[in-house]
Amino acid sequence: MDTRRESEATPMKNRTTVERKSDRELVVTRTFNAPARLVFEAWTTPELFKQWWAPKSMGMFLRSCEMDVRVGGRYRLVFGHDASNPDEFFGRYIEVTPHSRLVWTNDEGGDGGPVTTVTFEEKDGKTLLVMHELYPSREALDAAGTGAADAMGETFEQLDELLVTLGTGASVGQS
Amino acid sequence: MVQYTRARLDASFAALSDATRRGVLEQLGRADASITDLAEKFHMTLTGMKKHVRVLELAGLVTTEKVGRVRTCKLGLRGLAEEAAWIERYHQLWEARFDELDKVVEELKRKEKVDGHKKRE
Repeated sequence: MDTRRESEATPMKNRTTVERKSDRELVVTRTFNAPARLVFEAWTTPELFKQWWAPKSMGMFLRSCEMDVRVGGRYRLVFGHDASNPDEFFGRYIEVTPHSRLVWTNDEGGDGGPVTTVTFEEKDGKTLLVMHELYPSREALDAAGTGAADAMGETFEQLDELLVTLGTGASVGQS
Repeated sequence: MVQYTRARLDASFAALSDATRRGVLEQLGRADASITDLAEKFHMTLTGMKKHVRVLELAGLVTTEKVGRVRTCKLGLRGLAEEAAWIERYHQLWEARFDELDKVVEELKRKEKVDGHKKRE
């Protein structure tokens, strides 16, 4: 670890874990150095959500984000740099418990989509976030994995294209 | 990813701690086989062999497929590597998201502090 970082205002980065709990379940965990209500706020306020859900470091771009965070309310996220070829994710919130629990469906893939449960557990001013995805079948989870891998491949292809475009205007590799 | 790998390694080592199961892997390395074939080869009951195969399956070392009444076993290492690769990508995505979320939350914390001071004044 870089000890110099300790003196800086930014706290040390917490670890993200991903585990396939069973044939149908995927669990992601992460601790945040903030009370649950703030993490919950960042997860349920569109303007805040937009700032982190599509990290630039992953080459992602969130075109639009509509969220009606209440039981039965819908959300729709549109990704992609290319407006003619958007990548949409949508579903409905089935449980909303302020500061502690969010459950939503992922309907873009039809019946194969998982149900996502996120819990925010506060302890000593920190929040343990657990995101649990339950797929209808093992096949659906496997397919999602392959799909995610493909989507990531597409993202990198987009980046490749962008780099080529940039390369035609200026010489790259000298920076 | 680290935790995922560790859980998988634990399961793999547990699976490999048994001589029969190592033998089964060696056998499947030569050719796919049914549970009945394996039970005969290792002089075991069908139930006993099923248990061993299940342990290997849970560790991701073997995959099985039932066609009609026969369950065929084969080495599952390739599947494991593929799965590990996509879990790793998924992990990268969430790590990147949560690093950004840290920033958003820090900003909220900072604002709250400022607002709190204002209220108390």
